[in-house]
Amino acid sequence: MWASERFRNLVAQVALVLLIVAIGGYAAHNLVHNLESRSITIGFSYLWHEAGFDISEKLLAYDPTNSYGRAFVVGLLNTLFVSAVAIIAASILGLAIGVARLSPNWLLARLASGYIESVRNVPLILQLLLWYGVITDVLPPAADALRFGPVYLSQRGASLPWPEPHGAWSAALLGLVAAFVATLWWWRRARRIQMQRGRAPAVVWPGLLFFVAFPALGWALLGAPTGLSTPVLGGFDFEGGKNVSPEFMALFLGLSIYTAAFIAEIVRGGILAVPKGQTEASEAIGLSRGQRLRLVILPQALRVIIPPLTSQYLNLTKNSSLAVAIGYPDLVSVSNTTLNQTGQAIEAIALMMAVYLTLSLAISGLMNWYNHRVKLVER
Amino acid sequence: MLRKKLIAGAAVALALGAAAGTASAGPTLDAIKQRGTLVCGVHTGLTGFSAPDKAGKYAGLDVDYCKALAAAILGSEDKVKYVPLTAQQRFTALQSGEVDILSRNTTWNSKRDTTMGSVFAGTWFYDGQAFVVNTKKNAKVKKLADLNKAAICVETGTTTERNLADYARANKLTFKPVVFEGQEATEKAFQSGRCDAYTTDASGIAAMLVNLPSKADYTVLPDIISKEPLGPMLRRNDQEFFAIARWTIFALQQAEESGVTKANVAQMKKDSKDPTIQRLTGATGEVGKGLGLDADWAVRAIAAVGNYGEIYDRNIKPLGLSRGPNALWNKGGLMYPVPMD
Repeated sequence: MWASERFRNLVAQVALVLLIVAIGGYAAHNLVHNLESRSITIGFSYLWHEAGFDISEKLLAYDPTNSYGRAFVVGLLNTLFVSAVAIIAASILGLAIGVARLSPNWLLARLASGYIESVRNVPLILQLLLWYGVITDVLPPAADALRFGPVYLSQRGASLPWPEPHGAWSAALLGLVAAFVATLWWWRRARRIQMQRGRAPAVVWPGLLFFVAFPALGWALLGAPTGLSTPVLGGFDFEGGKNVSPEFMALFLGLSIYTAAFIAEIVRGGILAVPKGQTEASEAIGLSRGQRLRLVILPQALRVIIPPLTSQYLNLTKNSSLAVAIGYPDLVSVSNTTLNQTGQAIEAIALMMAVYLTLSLAISGLMNWYNHRVKLVER
Repeated sequence: MLRKKLIAGAAVALALGAAAGTASAGPTLDAIKQRGTLVCGVHTGLTGFSAPDKAGKYAGLDVDYCKALAAAILGSEDKVKYVPLTAQQRFTALQSGEVDILSRNTTWNSKRDTTMGSVFAGTWFYDGQAFVVNTKKNAKVKKLADLNKAAICVETGTTTERNLADYARANKLTFKPVVFEGQEATEKAFQSGRCDAYTTDASGIAAMLVNLPSKADYTVLPDIISKEPLGPMLRRNDQEFFAIARWTIFALQQAEESGVTKANVAQMKKDSKDPTIQRLTGATGEVGKGLGLDADWAVRAIAAVGNYGEIYDRNIKPLGLSRGPNALWNKGGLMYPVPMD
């Protein structure tokens, strides 16, 4: 049996796993022992204790009487929210700039490369501090806020009118989800019809219709409220309406502008990776410019773009932890406060690491799935 | 991110580090003597407590405590290594053994005295949480209740955040806390106008204002919303070092009470017939021996930094803070040195 290479390899691998488990076990045991001998309380029970501190921005109802666990979730949602909107913005901006850099228009191409080179080569933390400085130092105080129609811009962020809370708005949101599902269904149906009859029914217009009609329907069915809360200058700041804090704005701007520069380069590389012959061939069979990009170039470019794009999305999500420098209450900021109030440093750090690991694995899993779908099928 | 690394590093050290070090009776004192230096965790820069002076050396109330302790244990006030720590880093630095003692305007409370593997030697400075407002911009604000709905800048990693929320709850006020990491970032955000008020210990506000050219624009509100007894913090289960840390405080305060100063301490030891002074200076009694030190321990500490009153006048008086609760018990304050016997 020992003569078999497979068996030997198996033994070596089992031994390695056992070694790693043993080291991990030793470390864990030692940690518990050391903490106990220094009378430091260990465990995650603190998550159920009253947090006692407030969080300025929350997507979930929260007040200081809630638990540390809930505070953690509030911080996590803030991280997820800013990462999600920044990923969308960075992707759109990056795509535009990447294409612009390839433009035959000299000025546009130079501007795009100037943007990429300057943004990509300055550390993100400095850019965040710059944006935050611009908002808090350059913009006027709330009393002299700049006004753009119904929107006020001041060193307290942006204040804009916002619908009064009403059940109908949740219904509208649900309608949006329904529209997404319906569009997806319509699109697949269109594909099937195209396969059968060679001609595809329109997708864009029905899709738009779904996206307008469904939310409107949900909103109308539940009473069609039109109440709008508008920002009014109070004693210190605008009251009413919706406030977008300077911390969120700076973080969003910093993350999306910084990551867009990297995405632009990835997009450019992806497009350049498609051989010129593909363009010529698609021209030869009479595809229009749009069809050429959509049916020939982009599908092939995507195969090159997606793996590095995934790591940019991961970077952006992890970089959002720099929020703590500019006072946005993200996961790290909330965990830091928790860590300091409870003294459970190891637990709080472990929990943060677990969350970022899970987030990263989830994003890369999703992107791998998508990559698998768009990859070249060799026949 | 350095901070994360420090804490993560400390976690690894706790996990992999040998447990043997914690077994002996007075590990910290042994380590200090063997090393020949006292490692003191201090603030990164808080005028009056711990900030580099013109010569680039750390100076302040908290720094002077480290000097007194080093003089008592090692014979020289210069045998101190200062480790500047943020509010965030400080407990991990102490727990992991990176510093021997934390002399960093740290509030003494029950949690920090029990479940965090640490214990306080006593109160070195009585403080309280206060608020400062730019009255040039917000002329109407006269008291804390006027700050309802205001944005308030707070530093993370302090008891301040919780006090603020507690006060708001108890008084049915709404504050919008904007939380920053590090004191400089918090102060800068406040000065830029991001927040309507900045809250921290009254001494911290005084320290900020003393360095500010536009000092006249700012007003400290009369409301003090918390008790903040600041004191040196050390690791638990270390009785020998604990006793020295605690009695160094008492010795410096007793020196003020008995009129022993930096200038006259040597003379006092020789000539004084006052039994209290004789025991303090080690002319009689066995206080030093009981602490595991020699008879001159307190003399060295006083000769190094002066008595508590001298330390206070040198560091805190320039901030414009009166003695208040930090005066001796017989002068209307709370400082009460326990008798030496």
